[in-house]
Amino acid sequence: MSIDLSQFHQVFFEEALEGLDIMEQALLSIDEPQFVDDETINEIFRAAHSIKGGAATLGFTQISDFTHVLETLLDEIRQHKRTLLSEMVELFLKSCDFLRDTTCQLMQDLTPELTQGSELIAAFEKMLQAVEENEDSSDTYSEMNDSISSSVVAETFFGGMLNESRSSDEKMEGKNMAENSLIKSSKEEVIDKENELGNGAGDGKTWKIYFKPEPQILQTGNEPFRIFRELAQLGELEAQCHCDLLPDFEELVVDECFLYWTLKLTTQASRDEILDIFEWVIDECELTVELVSPEFKVDQSAAEEKKDNLKGIISEEAASEDMLKVNQSNLGATEEITSNGVTSGAKGDAATIVPLKESSVDPLSNKGQERVPLNSDESDSKKIIDKSKQKSIRSNKKEKEVVDRGGASASSIRVGIDKVDSLINLVGELVITQSMLSELGNDFDLDKLERLSNGLEQLRQNTRELQESVMKIRMLPISFAFNRFPRMIRDLSNKTGKKVQLTLKGEHTELDKTVMEQISDPLVHLVRNAIDHGIETPERRVALGKNEEGSIVLSACHQGGNIVVEVSDDGKGIDPEAILEKARDKNIHFDEAETDPQKIFDLIFEPGFSTAESISDISGRGVGMDVVRRNIKDLGGRIEVESKIGKGSVFRVYLPLTLAILDGQLVRVGDEVYVIPLVSIVESLQIKSKNINSVSGNMILYRLREDNVPIIPVYKAFNISADNTELDNALLVVVESDGRKVGLLVDDLLAQQQVVIKSLEGNYKRVEGISGATILGDGSVALILDISGLMHKVANQKKKPKRAA
Amino acid sequence: MTNILVVDDSTSMRNMVSATLSSAGYQVKEAPDGKAALGVAKSMKFDAVITDLNMPVMNGLDLVRNLRALPSFKYTPILLLTTESSSDKKNEGKQAGATGWLVKPFNPEKLLATVGRVIG
Repeated sequence: MSIDLSQFHQVFFEEALEGLDIMEQALLSIDEPQFVDDETINEIFRAAHSIKGGAATLGFTQISDFTHVLETLLDEIRQHKRTLLSEMVELFLKSCDFLRDTTCQLMQDLTPELTQGSELIAAFEKMLQAVEENEDSSDTYSEMNDSISSSVVAETFFGGMLNESRSSDEKMEGKNMAENSLIKSSKEEVIDKENELGNGAGDGKTWKIYFKPEPQILQTGNEPFRIFRELAQLGELEAQCHCDLLPDFEELVVDECFLYWTLKLTTQASRDEILDIFEWVIDECELTVELVSPEFKVDQSAAEEKKDNLKGIISEEAASEDMLKVNQSNLGATEEITSNGVTSGAKGDAATIVPLKESSVDPLSNKGQERVPLNSDESDSKKIIDKSKQKSIRSNKKEKEVVDRGGASASSIRVGIDKVDSLINLVGELVITQSMLSELGNDFDLDKLERLSNGLEQLRQNTRELQESVMKIRMLPISFAFNRFPRMIRDLSNKTGKKVQLTLKGEHTELDKTVMEQISDPLVHLVRNAIDHGIETPERRVALGKNEEGSIVLSACHQGGNIVVEVSDDGKGIDPEAILEKARDKNIHFDEAETDPQKIFDLIFEPGFSTAESISDISGRGVGMDVVRRNIKDLGGRIEVESKIGKGSVFRVYLPLTLAILDGQLVRVGDEVYVIPLVSIVESLQIKSKNINSVSGNMILYRLREDNVPIIPVYKAFNISADNTELDNALLVVVESDGRKVGLLVDDLLAQQQVVIKSLEGNYKRVEGISGATILGDGSVALILDISGLMHKVANQKKKPKRAA
Repeated sequence: MTNILVVDDSTSMRNMVSATLSSAGYQVKEAPDGKAALGVAKSMKFDAVITDLNMPVMNGLDLVRNLRALPSFKYTPILLLTTESSSDKKNEGKQAGATGWLVKPFNPEKLLATVGRVIG
């Protein structure tokens, strides 16, 4: 019986990262560390604690060892043994970073870099030591040590059950239990005696166990029966029950235990293994475990005691037996038990009532005279377990390799149960519609036409709802992307000496997971820029009559089929003149006559443009805004800038809701159907020959109001045959990409519809000018045009013949 | 059919425990905190409960106290699955009415052995 724990790695990693986010947010919410409220500290503690638990179980000791130190300090703060200081908050934040890095490295199957971890641990330990000195209380320190050592102990302790290789001395030492318990003989004595009596006894030693539980032992679900059953698994057990403490029947309380026992156990197991079995009840009983000679016999005379009180005993037994049954079936009506006890007691025959159904072990029996052999094949089965364990470890390894190879890039998503429920609901409706339609199809005649069209309408609605629901599964609140910013702002304001207040708006706006992952970096860039280039120093702000503290607002909202994410600051704004000057410096091509500020601002997205006078380590690293714009474009989005000198700037990012579904215009060229993304279409028109403008080379321009739009005949671009190769009266779809317009020459405009994007690269290979494919209603495949790629392709096609000539 | 209720706020821990138990043929219900667990506990019977100590909304100790107050959980074995290895915490757990404890990190064999101990 074995479970491959590696299947839980992914869940653990995700949970650990989530936990770190929670820790970080909680830490950032702390304004005055010394007055931190309990709930915040508890939240941080809990997150660290969960990470530690999971990491330890899965064997990520790098994480669990580190978190343990973290947790120790947190625990002291939680218990008000020490005050939280701002240095600690810093240290905790750094720990979050370290743990995040370590987790990510483990996720990618890399060996984590632990130098930083050791430094942090050293810093933590210094702090923990400092407590000891300052408060002059060795209490806290020793307790911390205690908890560390006892966790090691716990490991040993539990390991002991399955792992016999550890010496019993080692176990003895670690075991507080042994010290707490009421074992009367001193340790040394016991060990001496153990050696003496154990020597030469091939079939194990004989132990005399005296076990007298406190009456309330049953109320924690600890049954003596269970304990004896376990003892019996260690070897041969004889049990003798003492009934002398049984009260008179009238005074009997059914869920209290008045019985106690003397047991004789012949086993090869060590004393610790025996004590382990009593681990949970050790504080609730009198217990002695001593070695005796094999000739020892459990005292039989005791069984005869209080014979005169037999009736009472029988009732007790009956009651107890019933109670045990009750225990097992989880029914707890006291009255019922008592009355059962009376009725069965009235039968007066102990023997018929006493035996418990499951086993020959009968802790409640007063038939101590009869030896009840409780042989166990424990040692045999243990061997088998050991063998199967080894096997499973081996097979685990194999499995792990397979899993690792297959699942390296697979990421998962957590979905609210309500979303899943609504899906199930919709599928249910779909099934109903389907069965209705198939019934209709069984013997269809034209009278049923209306019902058919109703059914199809219903099917259409079901499908749409189902589609929306499925899309929602991929949607996550944008707070996932926003959450990293409070920390970043804090670090950056420390670094730059600028004071910044961050406001988040619309964090609940949902966005496709892939879009979210890819928008994160561009947003970071924009926020860094806002602090570095936008917000002024506090002195400067005061001089300008602004609030000393600058403000950055991150907001998200739905706008049509788009998500709009804004990064705005109230800093110095962008000076168009400075941009123009810079563009001249950097030899960036632009129209000198340009006065439209929007167009001028767009220059900052040109490659090689940077307005900062000196390159800082915060934002100006040369790659800058052109990368931001490219990333956003790759997602099918766009970015706009708005800025007023002295007032601040707004960067507005428009993103598609999802990457999986596209609103498309279907067009036909020859026998082929292509999909043009609806967002890129400016207009569709019929070509009028007077507007055609052939300039030099093979570029044909079409005059569209004041623009000259190059015409790209799609059939030429993809080298297929078309119905119509004449320009006159042909259909032209004017599309825009990268701020440029082109006209696509097509044969026919078909329907507009939503198409599900299938990757062409994944199923075939990358084709320039094509961004993907989709499957149409009739089952045929249509290619989706990538406008900017198409422009590029055509430009290259034109260059080549030139070079050849 | 042996029903076991597994309570832990950590999904990975809960998944591990419940996968281990299911693989051994136990029927497992999960709850992410004490309050949710109590809700589940009132709706059906369990042969054992395994709970974490430190959880949001309702912690493990409060859960144990509340469960013990229910007639159907009066004698049900309740195990604490915890990283807290100090005897203070264990005693607190016992006071609340817990049957015993299992120290994290657990391994599947250890978990099943311990569950096997409390379930017949």
